[in-house]
Amino acid sequence: MIRSAAQALWSHWRRHPLQLLTLAVGLALATGLWTGVQAINAQARLSYDQAAATLGQDRLPRLEGDLTLADFAAARRAGWEVSPVIEDRLPGTGLTLYGIDPFTLPPTPGGVAPDLSDPDLLRAFLAGEVVFAAAATLPRLPDDLPPGRLLEGLAPGLVMADLTAAQAILGTGALTRLLVAGGPAAPEALAETLGATLLRPEGDGDIARLTDSFHLNLTAFGLLAFVVGLFIVHATIGLAFEQRRTLFRTLRALGLPQRTLGWLLAGELAVFTLISGALGVLLGYAVAAALLPGVAATLSGLYGAGVQGSLTLSQVWWLSGFGMAALGMAVAGGTSLRNLATLPILAPAMPRAWARAQRRTVRRQGWAGLALIAVSGAIAALGEGLISGFATLGALLLGAALLLPPVLVGVLDLGSALAKGAVAQWLWADTRQQVPGLSLALMALLLALAANIGVGTMVGSFRATFEGWLDQRLASELYVTASDEAQADEIRAFLAPRADAILPIVSAEAELAGTPGEVYGVADHPTYRDNWPLLEAQPGVWDRLAAGEGVLVNEQLARRESLWPGATLDLAETGPLPVLGVYSDYGNPRGQAILGLGAFDAAYPDAPRLRLAVRIDPARADALADAVARRFDLPPDRVVPQATIKAYSLDVFEQTFAVTAALNVLTLGVAGFALWASLTTLGTMRLPQIAPVWALGLTRAHLALADLGRAVALGLLTALVAVPVGIALAWVLLAVVNVQAFGWRLPLLPDPGGWAALGGWTLVAAALAAALPALRLWRMPPSEMVKVFAHER
Amino acid sequence: MLLSVTDVEKSFASADGPVPVLRGVSFELAAGRTLALTGESGSGKSTLLHLVAGLDAPDAGRIIVEGQDLGAMEDAGRAALRRHKVGLVFQQFNLIPSLSVGDNLSFHARLAGRADPARQADLAERLGLAPHLAKYPEQLSGGQQQRVAIGRVLAARPRLILADEPTGNLDEETGEKVLTVMLDLVAESGAGFLMVTHSARLAGRLDDRLHLRGGRIA
Repeated sequence: MIRSAAQALWSHWRRHPLQLLTLAVGLALATGLWTGVQAINAQARLSYDQAAATLGQDRLPRLEGDLTLADFAAARRAGWEVSPVIEDRLPGTGLTLYGIDPFTLPPTPGGVAPDLSDPDLLRAFLAGEVVFAAAATLPRLPDDLPPGRLLEGLAPGLVMADLTAAQAILGTGALTRLLVAGGPAAPEALAETLGATLLRPEGDGDIARLTDSFHLNLTAFGLLAFVVGLFIVHATIGLAFEQRRTLFRTLRALGLPQRTLGWLLAGELAVFTLISGALGVLLGYAVAAALLPGVAATLSGLYGAGVQGSLTLSQVWWLSGFGMAALGMAVAGGTSLRNLATLPILAPAMPRAWARAQRRTVRRQGWAGLALIAVSGAIAALGEGLISGFATLGALLLGAALLLPPVLVGVLDLGSALAKGAVAQWLWADTRQQVPGLSLALMALLLALAANIGVGTMVGSFRATFEGWLDQRLASELYVTASDEAQADEIRAFLAPRADAILPIVSAEAELAGTPGEVYGVADHPTYRDNWPLLEAQPGVWDRLAAGEGVLVNEQLARRESLWPGATLDLAETGPLPVLGVYSDYGNPRGQAILGLGAFDAAYPDAPRLRLAVRIDPARADALADAVARRFDLPPDRVVPQATIKAYSLDVFEQTFAVTAALNVLTLGVAGFALWASLTTLGTMRLPQIAPVWALGLTRAHLALADLGRAVALGLLTALVAVPVGIALAWVLLAVVNVQAFGWRLPLLPDPGGWAALGGWTLVAAALAAALPALRLWRMPPSEMVKVFAHER
Repeated sequence: MLLSVTDVEKSFASADGPVPVLRGVSFELAAGRTLALTGESGSGKSTLLHLVAGLDAPDAGRIIVEGQDLGAMEDAGRAALRRHKVGLVFQQFNLIPSLSVGDNLSFHARLAGRADPARQADLAERLGLAPHLAKYPEQLSGGQQQRVAIGRVLAARPRLILADEPTGNLDEETGEKVLTVMLDLVAESGAGFLMVTHSARLAGRLDDRLHLRGGRIA
């Protein structure tokens, strides 16, 4: 009995291969995009863990601050088991250089350190003739570094060298930190002696925390794509169940128990889950493999975080992919199974009942949508933190999606009431009648469009602001870095008669409101007075800064610590100083402060004075750059024209949003597929509604064109609704999520041209989605059409 | 002559080759006359009606409606003929579900460019539909829906009215009432009326009768 019943049930899919395809592809897309994003996140976290485990510093307390080799020597003499480390980025390479002392480096489980038991290798390492890197990093080593050797387990993007060699490469005598493996007292005592900051292994500011917001962003997109995909699955399962109601009734009447029928259908869904889940997980792997290089570039550019460019995934990831597919199928198919459980044995066959039932709930949906949008507004107004930002987004998007069908029905009702001719009136009314059947696909389209508009507007706003900001911040025409201070003096003397102004760039590491940051010193010059991008400032800010009466802080620090003009920043080296102004500082995750040059020199007398900003007629900048480089034998990365830095910065910016743009396109593609699947499925179901109109004197060509126009009209209306939703989304991203994630707020710059272009593409997608069903209708033989009048459909 | 059907043949494709449904059918219908087309299931009644309406094309033979040869027309020409000269009533009613009863009643007349609110109101009154004009088809009973279908045809004032088992989905009493109303209104309109039915009793109420058997006039 069970076998016969199963055969009867599953024969439905043989007769409806398109539905089968829609279901399989819908679930595979949903699972694929979700697992793809999870794979990227998992790979990135693995890389962070590797980076944190390097030298075992994730397990050891460490001291950071203004440290030198003399501090290290004093600590060792006092009986402390400390090991010095220098760490800094190699400009223009995206790599991070680690300098270690192999004799004092503590052996820690999980720590990665080179095996230097070979005396020749040890000698070469100490002489700075060799560095170590992971396999993926070796090809990226710049020419001016010593030859690289493979060190398995080292995080991607890291280069390990001897401490002294690393200091020479980086042009500094400072240390970044001291690892503390043991000593005569608690590490706090050493920190106090050396005037350094003690960081415990779980200390703030590690790369995983910095990149959390980026990964949360990716996860949100993955979830959005998953939900859009589930809309397809839900619609298809609902349709397939309704189309088989007659069969369910017959099977029940022939004696098949309700429970057995339920199990058979659940088994059917399980088979789909296995097949589509496998397809989805493979698709997810492909998506992740395609996007990971972009993500790695983004994380390197934005956060200096190295991420391996190839995938190494665990069994857990594969299993979780199937788990997500099963969850999606349970959510999408649960309603249908529940309905089946309560189906009376004599329930009439109503192939359109699901659509009618949806139409009945349109009003309730509208109220629920309004309520969710109100909730979204309340969270935006009252909530704090990144999670509340994403909760605002979720409630907004879901509310807007629920509100779409009632809005469409209202507009189409109005159109129908205002229509003059019989055909126009029918078109409006028929379009309205299609809304329940297409609502899930249209809601998916709305979500994808709103995400596109929102994220596109955010990126556009960011780009425009960032470019303007770069113009302000990089006002000098040339930037020069000397090898040492003597050379810096010589360069200054060389430039003096040739340049309009030479501005020193000096900085020092410092603790800013309890967290590590940087302090810069700036000269009193129109370059800063005229160009520096101040968001808020007190009167006479530049005069007071030059007089050493206060400090400027970057936006990140101001928002994090509420250090707005009028507040006080307590610097260890200067004492408390009033905040005179706040400046924008995009792309920098750390806190930063600026002192007048005199105050800086007094506070940080040992800070290296190697960098110079040169003001000169832009037409002469390149020639002067060549002259300086030749005269002092400086490599290209030490003499950098403004345009090169801008190009590099913009490149980093574009990379940052490349992955988001790719996910945007994929989500839109899923929504387009949903629309096509719904239109194709409904195309055959609605023949009984079209055939009478044909019989009354409209040609098939007219009807096909009407179908095409109907899809385009629904696409247009959806796009129109998506614009305000997308703008609201952009506002939440810029004013809530960005502030929480990065610490800066950006103005919302509308992009009507971009929105219009997206609207145009939506119409093209809607027309393409409707083209095949319309063509089929156009070419349908009359003998097929007249069957409508002879059979109950 | 309003309708002239001459030697019409039609067959349908099947896995075992073409299956002939009509094998040389000929008859005529004058304006103001009513004709019943009877026969067993599968005898070709509905197929013949669809050919006369221009919904499908015959394999051979000629169908002429008010001097216009359907065989010489393209799809658009046949659609125009249905719009202006032919009215159809189906067993399944085939109303347009997205339009209200009132809009369904006027739909064909407006397509034909002959909308007449006064006539529509009169028809609605006589068909007992006046209280239901704002409703949608799914809210009506079968008998009411069929009356809407009849009203839709008559409001358009076609020269030829074709009905395919118009009472086949109704109970006997309702069917009788609907047919009575329809015949009264058809008689007033002066149109020709061709009705397919398998009921000899209903066929007996029309002026003339043709019986199809095995695709031929018996």
